[in-house]
Amino acid sequence: MNPELGLFALILATCLALLQSVVPLVGSYTGRLRWMNAGRSLATGQFIFTLLSFSCLVYAFLADDFTVKYVASNSNSLLPAIYKVTATWGGHEGSLLLWILTLTGWGQVVAMRSGKLPPELSARVLSVLGMVSVGFLLFILLTSNPFERLLPFPPQDGADLNPLLQDLGMIVHPPMLYMGYVGFAVAFAFAIAALMGGQLDSAWARWARPWTTVAWAFLTAGIALGSWWAYYELGWGGWWFWDPVENASLMPWLAGTALMHSLAVTEKRGLFKSWTLLLAIATFSLSLFGTFLVRSGVLTSVHAFASDPMRGLFVLGYLMLVVGASLTLFAFKAPEIRSKITFNLLSRETLLLVNNVLLITSCATVLLGTMFPLLVDALDLGMVSVGPPYFNMLFVPMALMLAFALGIGIMLNWKKGTVSWLVQQLRWVFVVSALGGLAFGFMYGDSFVISEALGIGMVFWIVLVILKDIYNKTRNANGLFAGLKKLKPSYYGMQLAHFGLAVTFVGAAMSGGYSEQKDLRMNPGDIAELGEYAFRFDGVEQEHGPNYMANAGTLTVFKNQEKVATLHPEKRVYAVQGMPMTEAGIDAGLTRDLYVALGEPLGDDAWAVRLHIKPFVRFLWLGAIFMALGGLLAVSDKRYRVRLKKKAANKAAVAKGKARKGKTAVAGGRA
Amino acid sequence: MSNDKTVKKSRLKLFLPLAFFLTFCILLYVGLFLEDKKELPSALLNDPVPEFSLPKLKQPNEIVTQETLKGQVYLLNVWGSWCPACKVEHPYLVKLAKRGVRIIGLSYKDEDADALRWLQRLEDPYTFNIVDKDGRLGVDLGVYGAPETFLVDKKGIIRYKHVGIVDQRVWVEVLKPKYGQLQKEVL
Repeated sequence: MNPELGLFALILATCLALLQSVVPLVGSYTGRLRWMNAGRSLATGQFIFTLLSFSCLVYAFLADDFTVKYVASNSNSLLPAIYKVTATWGGHEGSLLLWILTLTGWGQVVAMRSGKLPPELSARVLSVLGMVSVGFLLFILLTSNPFERLLPFPPQDGADLNPLLQDLGMIVHPPMLYMGYVGFAVAFAFAIAALMGGQLDSAWARWARPWTTVAWAFLTAGIALGSWWAYYELGWGGWWFWDPVENASLMPWLAGTALMHSLAVTEKRGLFKSWTLLLAIATFSLSLFGTFLVRSGVLTSVHAFASDPMRGLFVLGYLMLVVGASLTLFAFKAPEIRSKITFNLLSRETLLLVNNVLLITSCATVLLGTMFPLLVDALDLGMVSVGPPYFNMLFVPMALMLAFALGIGIMLNWKKGTVSWLVQQLRWVFVVSALGGLAFGFMYGDSFVISEALGIGMVFWIVLVILKDIYNKTRNANGLFAGLKKLKPSYYGMQLAHFGLAVTFVGAAMSGGYSEQKDLRMNPGDIAELGEYAFRFDGVEQEHGPNYMANAGTLTVFKNQEKVATLHPEKRVYAVQGMPMTEAGIDAGLTRDLYVALGEPLGDDAWAVRLHIKPFVRFLWLGAIFMALGGLLAVSDKRYRVRLKKKAANKAAVAKGKARKGKTAVAGGRA
Repeated sequence: MSNDKTVKKSRLKLFLPLAFFLTFCILLYVGLFLEDKKELPSALLNDPVPEFSLPKLKQPNEIVTQETLKGQVYLLNVWGSWCPACKVEHPYLVKLAKRGVRIIGLSYKDEDADALRWLQRLEDPYTFNIVDKDGRLGVDLGVYGAPETFLVDKKGIIRYKHVGIVDQRVWVEVLKPKYGQLQKEVL
């Protein structure tokens, strides 16, 4: 009964989504306030029914209901309860349902906070969100029903969750990523609504900005989690593989980052308007395209678990409809929202334009690298594969240029600046950064590595410019503290995120350039030296997990004769799928990770063992955390709230206020 | 008048994203229906393994040619230590090798040291490995990416190609029946 309830709820959600995509929109063109307001209750209804449906699926997993095909192929009665819950999004159907749940969840938040928007705008935003979710709901109902039954002969037990996914990182990774992907749907809806209304002012940018920033923060966290997961779970010690599916999440991130910066210009200066709209469309399109890549099997990848050309065709059709329609709308309506303000060549506007160009170029580079094999194949020019060297060669220089532009951009004022002033401000920062990078390159490690020296030089550059800028902004106040207090959260958010980028640079440069690695055969009692550490292999023991058998090794690590860590790398064999898995033993530290993976038994208790020392690798993800927190901090800025509250008060009076004020205050706090 | 023209021109520019996107979609559409790219294009199917002369990985002094390989049914597995999917595939190849399936590796666009380290660290399921450092043989074979696995019969004719990971399901449902059949063929 339960699965049928889930399916029924999903069908109801689809009906509500259909209504949501039509009714408020028609209302906004005919001026019927009640029709426009209907969007909110429809969004809420859609969210509740999707949530109900999702809960039914979770329940089916917890209850080991193997009559449900999806449960049978992704779970097992021996699977620990927590993984039964997360197995819900372990396969295609369930992760699609999670996607939709996230989308309707965002829709619900938009509905709650939309009281402050002009009614036409909020109606159109909700309508567009409704259209987006209709597509996905139809997709799941027509091609990927998670509630399909295996009757009358259900299997005795399930095929188990892919062992790669039985892991903490994987529990949190997809929801985070989806929050980001889908969050850009809101920015997209705002852009489409602006195009429909033919109006885009700085108030619009102020509404659209927090949504974009929050989505971006989630996506940042999601990508970082994915990279962290690959680091410890694939047992390679690498953290980015330029796999098509990784690229699928990186592209919206790059475009979204560009969008965030372009929105800043649109809000502050009323510039780049149509460019901002185009970016909003592009960012969401890339999110959809990511879904297409993962779900269609157009490109082979580790992540493409189940692929099916029919599904691919559906997503492609959907993509064409959504993106094609938006771009057509853009082409016709964009001239109405041209900006007519000019700015000086040397100004923050220009630097943000440089930022956008660099980000979009890197995004295009990644897109080209991802699609190139397919392109060549389709044109019948033979077959080619593009490897990490291509990406590293093009992506790294662009990241460095971006970091350099970032420094100048922070320093410059809006509208105009002068070269002499800029030179005066930055010459010492530049000299110190250049010397710092060089000194570092010569002193650290065995040999001079140019890309690492440049990377560290850029770290100096970013950090020093941030400090200089804070100094400039506070020096006229009475004392440093008073000055710091005056600066706004959005300013701190921006600087924190930029600082995060510098921190990530440290991680990438140090772990990329100075990692040490050794593969060896070790007998119990053997000691191997790597860097300044000595690793003692203490043997391997058999262990039983709930649904796997493990060979658990023990290594004790010494530094200067003192014990610093005990590591437990494991080699697991999962019972049902018979799949061996490597669990690396990691001693995490801020300045270095000790990373040990167990290879194969070599007879006589000897094992193949791989030792890594990864300097500063944690900085990669630490930086991402700073970036995400910076985004959230920026959104907490009062300017997004105060004005909204004022509007809310007006709006409530006009629309016979349904006691929405209280909610506004709460939601406003979350901004 | 001229003003009108520039306006028109800039309006046309706004259609560029749309045009770009539509071209892109055509590519995706073609990609989706690329003659079942998991299988060998029919033109190449049942062709002999292309001519080559390449060294072995572990014995760089020994040279392998397409002639060397004739006489036995084998799987030609294209892999590289740079390819995460190969890592996922690897344990199953080891299993197959233990069951007596003859697997010949093609170390594709890889550094020898990396490939050797891989084989030493994991198990070595390969009868031997052919080193295709610049990917020349890969191009002749029409390799799309790694991993890929070709099924070659006793006469050295390619009978099947699988793109992506060979796992239990692929082996049991697709490769094993064909492999068994080819085993029975007489030279």
